[in-house]
Amino acid sequence: MTSIVDMPLHGAPAAKSHRVAETLSRVRELTIVAAVLIVFAVTTAKNHSFAHSHSIQEILTGTAIIALLGVGETLVIVTRNVDLSVGSTLGLSAFEIGDLFTHHPHFPVPLAFLVGIAIGTATGAVIGLVTVVARVPSLVVTLAALYIIRGYVNVIGTGVQIEPSSIPSSFQKVGYESVLGIPWLFVIVVVVVAVVAWVMRSFRPSRDLYAIGSNPEAAALAGVPISKRVFTAFVVSGALAGLAGALFLAEYATVDATGGSGYELTVVAAVVVGGVAIFGGSGTVVGAALGALLLQTINQALQAVNVAQFWDEGVAGALLLAAIAFDRLVAVRAASALRAKEGATYVA
Amino acid sequence: MLHEPATVGPAARGPDASPGSAGTARPWRSLLRWEGALLVLFVGALLYGGAETKEFFTQNTVFYFGNNIGEVAIMALPMALIIITGEIDLSVASMLGLAASVFGDLFSHGVEVWLAMAIVLLVGAAGGALNGFLVTRIGLPSIAVTIGTLTMFRGLAEIVLGNREPTNFPAYLTKIGLVPFPGTKLSWIFVFFLVLAVVYAVVLHATPVGRSIFAIGLQEQAAFFSGIRVKRIKFRLFVLSGVVCAFVGLLDAFKNASVRYDAGTGLELNVVAVVLFGGISIFGGRGTIGGVVLSVLVVGTINEALNLINVTQEKQNIVFGVLLLVSVLLPNGADGFHRLRRRLKRSGRSTRSIGNQQYLPQEATQ
Repeated sequence: MTSIVDMPLHGAPAAKSHRVAETLSRVRELTIVAAVLIVFAVTTAKNHSFAHSHSIQEILTGTAIIALLGVGETLVIVTRNVDLSVGSTLGLSAFEIGDLFTHHPHFPVPLAFLVGIAIGTATGAVIGLVTVVARVPSLVVTLAALYIIRGYVNVIGTGVQIEPSSIPSSFQKVGYESVLGIPWLFVIVVVVVAVVAWVMRSFRPSRDLYAIGSNPEAAALAGVPISKRVFTAFVVSGALAGLAGALFLAEYATVDATGGSGYELTVVAAVVVGGVAIFGGSGTVVGAALGALLLQTINQALQAVNVAQFWDEGVAGALLLAAIAFDRLVAVRAASALRAKEGATYVA
Repeated sequence: MLHEPATVGPAARGPDASPGSAGTARPWRSLLRWEGALLVLFVGALLYGGAETKEFFTQNTVFYFGNNIGEVAIMALPMALIIITGEIDLSVASMLGLAASVFGDLFSHGVEVWLAMAIVLLVGAAGGALNGFLVTRIGLPSIAVTIGTLTMFRGLAEIVLGNREPTNFPAYLTKIGLVPFPGTKLSWIFVFFLVLAVVYAVVLHATPVGRSIFAIGLQEQAAFFSGIRVKRIKFRLFVLSGVVCAFVGLLDAFKNASVRYDAGTGLELNVVAVVLFGGISIFGGRGTIGGVVLSVLVVGTINEALNLINVTQEKQNIVFGVLLLVSVLLPNGADGFHRLRRRLKRSGRSTRSIGNQQYLPQEATQ
């Protein structure tokens, strides 16, 4: 796919191509922001109550969890793998924390978040280990993990309903309180996105992820520890899914064995809409988060103008197709532009 | 499809399965191993079911076994072909839902049954053609395209049907969910599966088209340069998948004697899992219809045994997940063990860096 993007080489023409790549991803992100604003403006014109802080908050809360999962998913997809287990890991984490609160009402709230992250880290580590040590395709491993984890949640969760009354109110506050009109959920996710985006941009190990996804053979020859990096990507994805589970419980204050079902494909869709190439090697976590924001905005917008849920999924699907078609177009253009530029440098 | 950086060789099934060995030289040796294991598992599942409950070896079990696994089983056939070419179709279950919804809508508006069925099959062809067009002509990755159409088809089903649940289909159609196929104990839907499986097996394993499908999956460029119409074949496979899934949508509607827009939600992952468990490599170019049929038998039998002892579908998924994992771990584990032993032998004689270099060409063969 777009292997030209994000391939930092050394020397003058390479620096130029790196700049082209950065411009491209920035253009991509701005396009999504523009799309979000357009959808928002059009909807507000039709239904003035859409601009109220209430529905904006609803969009931001709805975005938060998918965006968080999308960050981890981006790391994995960038390495040419995929993680289909995020939805079930979220469910497991949410359920275990709920169970913990039910049996230990005075369990410290900050520790509960850590428990969620620990659960996610553990599942991510197992999945990552199986993927890199046994060299099994991640699609198959994470599909199997999805079934096993979801099944396990059903075994421990059948007939058990986590009651809102047993969730400490300070934990629930994370789900519904806001700071300066912005929901806490969203603030947490923005911080995570910002930190991961910075790490992904600035450090060698994270640049390795792009190298692996762009060209595994070349990365191996260049001495990139592929197994270690891919493993880490899965661990981070799992940890974030675990955190997402905690946030899920904070938001809904209740969870049953089906919590987070079907999120995996929604997350992949959001990530791809956000400009992360499904074959790896390019894309940013900011883009992925914006992809989640766009899908959620459209979702809420359709409800606001009363086409109700009926059109919702149809539009989301069409949007995904449009997004990847657009990416393809840009990639083809960029490739020929780069070729022209570099050709000129060599002639000179 | 997804090419794994950390995985050597196209999902090597055993130590001697170098790229190209299964499709060409001695297909049976490496294949028999997995299909044989499935056969053993099938017998094991039967014994387990018989030991667990007395009702297991009854005619009812045979009927409900086919009735429950039927939709997934039929959709697994075109999915197998598509995965062998190195693509994937995640929109199958949504196409099932869309087809059932369109039929329900047409029927409730008084359209003649046979005409409605024909229209539904055309809808399936159109949906498949959309997938095929985007993948082959625009050149988009099939996993992304079909996640898009997965959402879109389901959305269309919702638009078509909304909250309505059409019912009262003619009794001669809805009986397929109630009585077995005449002269057998099997359910109608399972008989359709068996017939289609034979057709697919012949086409895949005994015709030039089948050889081309394997060739595309093993080395797409080589296949193209040897004169295979790669895009045309892939396009047709997606159309085929659409039509078959629409047909399954009809069967599902008749079987349940009613239609909801969310029919079959989430089945796409079951279909993929059944196909992969049947020994079809996710990297393409490898696998047999026989393996898929055995996989259906194993999964269906285990499901039925667990149903009889009241284990819910959600809990059964644990067994399924473990089987899926084992199915890829065993061959690759054996492969990894051999590799490790070879490397240990070598490092005994030479320095470590040579051992590492030995590792690279393998990595590059993909």
